[in-house]
Amino acid sequence: MAKPIYARAVADRLSLREGRLRIKMDGEELTAQETALYDRQIRVWGVDAQKRLSKAQILVSGLNGTSVEFCKNIVLAGVGSLTLMDDRLVTEDALQANFLIPRDETVYSGRSLSELCCESLRDFNPMVRVLAEKGDLAQCEMEFFDKFDVVVVTGCSLKTKIEINEKCRKRAKRIAFYAIECRDSCGEIFVDLQNYTYAQKKSDGTAECHLSYLSLEDAILIPWRNLPRKVSKLYFAMRVIEKFELSEGRNPGELSNCDLPAVLKLRKELCDAQSLNESHVPETLLERILVAGPMLYPPVCPILGGILGQEVIKAISGKGDPLKNFFYFDAADGKGVVEDISNPSSI
Amino acid sequence: MDSDLKTEAIKRAKVLMVGAGGIGCELLKTLALSGFQDIHIIDMDTIEVSNLNRQFLFRQSHVGQSKAKVARDAVLRFMPQICITPYHANVKDPEFNVDFFKQFNVILNGLDNLDARRHVNRLCLAAEVPLVESGTTGFLGQVTVHIKGRTECYECQPKPTPKTYPVCTITSTPSKFVHCIVWAKDLLFAKLFGDRNQENDLFVHTGDGSDSVKPTDDIFERGLDEVSVQYGRKIYDHVFGYNIEVALANEETWKNRRRPRPIFLGDVLPEKLILQNGNLEKNCLTEDLSLSAMPSLGLNNSQEIWSLAENSRLFLEALRLFIERRGKDIGSLTFDKDDQLAIEFVTAAANIRASSFGIPLHSLFDAKGIAGNIVHAVATTNAIIAGLIVIEAIKVLEADFQNCRMTYCLEHPCQKMLLMPVEPFEANKSCYVCSETPLLLEVNTQTSTLRDFVDKIVKNKLGMSFPLIMQGATLIFEGGDDLEEDVAANYALNLDKVLTALPAPVTSGSMLTIEDLQQELSCHINIKHREEFDEEKEPDRMVLLGWTTPEKKSQGVSNGENTTAAIPAAPEAINKSEEVEVAAEISRTRRKRSEISETTGDQETFQILPDTDAKNSMDPQEVEDDDYENDLVVLDENPEASKKRRLQ
Ligand SMILES: [Zn+2]
Repeated sequence: MAKPIYARAVADRLSLREGRLRIKMDGEELTAQETALYDRQIRVWGVDAQKRLSKAQILVSGLNGTSVEFCKNIVLAGVGSLTLMDDRLVTEDALQANFLIPRDETVYSGRSLSELCCESLRDFNPMVRVLAEKGDLAQCEMEFFDKFDVVVVTGCSLKTKIEINEKCRKRAKRIAFYAIECRDSCGEIFVDLQNYTYAQKKSDGTAECHLSYLSLEDAILIPWRNLPRKVSKLYFAMRVIEKFELSEGRNPGELSNCDLPAVLKLRKELCDAQSLNESHVPETLLERILVAGPMLYPPVCPILGGILGQEVIKAISGKGDPLKNFFYFDAADGKGVVEDISNPSSI
Repeated sequence: MDSDLKTEAIKRAKVLMVGAGGIGCELLKTLALSGFQDIHIIDMDTIEVSNLNRQFLFRQSHVGQSKAKVARDAVLRFMPQICITPYHANVKDPEFNVDFFKQFNVILNGLDNLDARRHVNRLCLAAEVPLVESGTTGFLGQVTVHIKGRTECYECQPKPTPKTYPVCTITSTPSKFVHCIVWAKDLLFAKLFGDRNQENDLFVHTGDGSDSVKPTDDIFERGLDEVSVQYGRKIYDHVFGYNIEVALANEETWKNRRRPRPIFLGDVLPEKLILQNGNLEKNCLTEDLSLSAMPSLGLNNSQEIWSLAENSRLFLEALRLFIERRGKDIGSLTFDKDDQLAIEFVTAAANIRASSFGIPLHSLFDAKGIAGNIVHAVATTNAIIAGLIVIEAIKVLEADFQNCRMTYCLEHPCQKMLLMPVEPFEANKSCYVCSETPLLLEVNTQTSTLRDFVDKIVKNKLGMSFPLIMQGATLIFEGGDDLEEDVAANYALNLDKVLTALPAPVTSGSMLTIEDLQQELSCHINIKHREEFDEEKEPDRMVLLGWTTPEKKSQGVSNGENTTAAIPAAPEAINKSEEVEVAAEISRTRRKRSEISETTGDQETFQILPDTDAKNSMDPQEVEDDDYENDLVVLDENPEASKKRRLQ
């Protein structure tokens, strides 16, 4: 569906001016329909941001409670297109915290998550193209990535995330990369905007601001003792769990309480190697995550999906300070914390 | 957290959601996904196009239908096995009484106005049901928990009441665009298209307070054979030209002010154009709320700021369309932000007036936001807030009260936090809503009428809808429409009496008891007679005390220039360092509730204050109150400050 381009009628027909020039914006205006639909959010981020959103192409690989929240938000916001990748067939586990798929086996049986979610999301906003793409993103040709401005991955191994992140980084155009994972009542978002420049709002106008992001691989390689004091315990817990999943060849959500002894052993190894006191990675936290297994605490999904939605909107529109580079939420203490994990020397 | 226990508590719970809008849609979905089985939902609104960008349970085809009902159907489509009971009704309806509230384990608010929030708070207190309250504006939001006997109630800290502007700022000395909007909407629009019998100050004060020039109302009356073009010109020249000239005659007013410029149509548009303005055929042939004067004038972009000439043409054309296409509405119209022609008329009139007074002009899009008090809203914040509401609701259901938190959703991290939990505050011992503490009213008992008291204090300040007022054992007033005729007539008589002349005279030292039976709220007010009031700062001519921080009592609610004004800001304009300070303050003084005011997303209404003495309020030392958005308000230590800004 081609975006309707609004050729502005010549308002100057009667050439009655008061010496004031009209500044033409890119020659493209929002349609009356878009202005009416997006009225309330244009009042938040402005017309220019809305125009940029309407041109943005988003890819989401992995559909779960958190990423469908993100999909909903970004479709409502009015992006240009959203492409979904997840060939898994619908299972009970895949349904939890997912409001895009009716709990009706006759509807979902034999169909992939991306197909079903795609159908529902189309309804949310007829002005956004929502597509389902088959295949495994990590195996996609490099050129495939060029179609997108933003890539969001979830539900896959650390190795896959790193590979996809690297592919995004190798393209000539800047492709924003986000990885998001929820475990029990905790969640993590990783952001890589590579080199990002935006107009930062100050009390006295705006100033150009440059941010330099690390890739996921480089960020998690930073020695733990070099990190700022008081880094969220979740940062370390997520590293231990994801490393364990990688060594076992399992995906997020595929661990259980039985794995606790092995996970604790890995915690000790990692902490020893990094000279970090094990108390920074509490056993209770690891246990909580393992016990939950594939189960998510549902109210955490809209919180993580909402923060990720806001971040992607910020990155596309160039409005607002983007998050750098990890975000954590834990329903247990209710804190939503930003952690900047970057090499002190590389800043 | 024992997950089995949690699941059980959720499954057994019966919850009431108030509001099926931005937060409500997200909340209903999240409750359903979290395992709630019995959800009741009240919302009186119907679906509008501008809801669809965030209220994701609704589609274009639902426009005009009940939000509560459509939301229920949409959620049942993916979760068919749960029970959702919708009420397409106002939460203030009498059927939603204390007994109704008592059947629920927790009440969850997703409201957009102060009035309903206060009402629900009172019913929750009376029914002793915990309340989880929420609000969002743009990227900001908060969730708070209110449990009787454990935390403060929603009203423990005074809430800003609707912004009001002194009449003469609106009629004579506007200095902000919002003043021009209020003038165009509440005075000019109301005069031309609304109830003509209503009192209306549509003239310019001359400033000496005695002989204001009040033209005969005939000027606004359209002669039978008067064509709309002539009529439009007459109105234009009168309100933008003649009235300003009259006002200029009073030198005193303009001594310390920029003098306005009278604008006559002939100076703005060439004669030929006035006669050929617009093209009736080119405007869409609808007669409904989408009728617009813009297309025929070549005005397409509502984001653009139009020139004085363009606004003048829009003014004439909109007026003409009202007369020729919507003549039957004239005399009974009230301003409606969804009435396109009304927005066009008000934008044009406000901009012409702004030109006159050297105030920057605004686009129709911005003018509509100000005139309609349109809230800034995005889906993401509502989703986050809904998630936080459910987390708190589950703690309440598990009776895990010590872990309940109020959480602020911030735009910029503060102490690294974007979501900042804070321990709930204790109840304010002087809160008239949740404690028995009496209030104190300073009032001139010899000149103020019972009506003044009912309107300004009982309805506006105390937020009661059906009050019952007693002086000792004597009932002096009762609100409601189900009264016996003779009783009602008797109360009507009382309303116009000054306080000392009531059957049971109210004098200094009297104590009044005010009750609202529906809200099951009762409070006492001690009366103190006071002779003089400052017209500018105390335009109500009465001051309600006691419901504030104690140390300020002596100064009075709206008294004293020395209080530091709050720093209101649009979400995007908030200075980063300020926000950090605010949050630092929050963590330092856990028990103080003066740091961040709630982001309510309230649809507030403007009010114009009547002033009896124009001279006093012509003082150029005008109180700043140009923030028409109820956004995050950063306060200093003193909650008085924010109160003061809103010209009580
Ligand atoms: Zn209270």
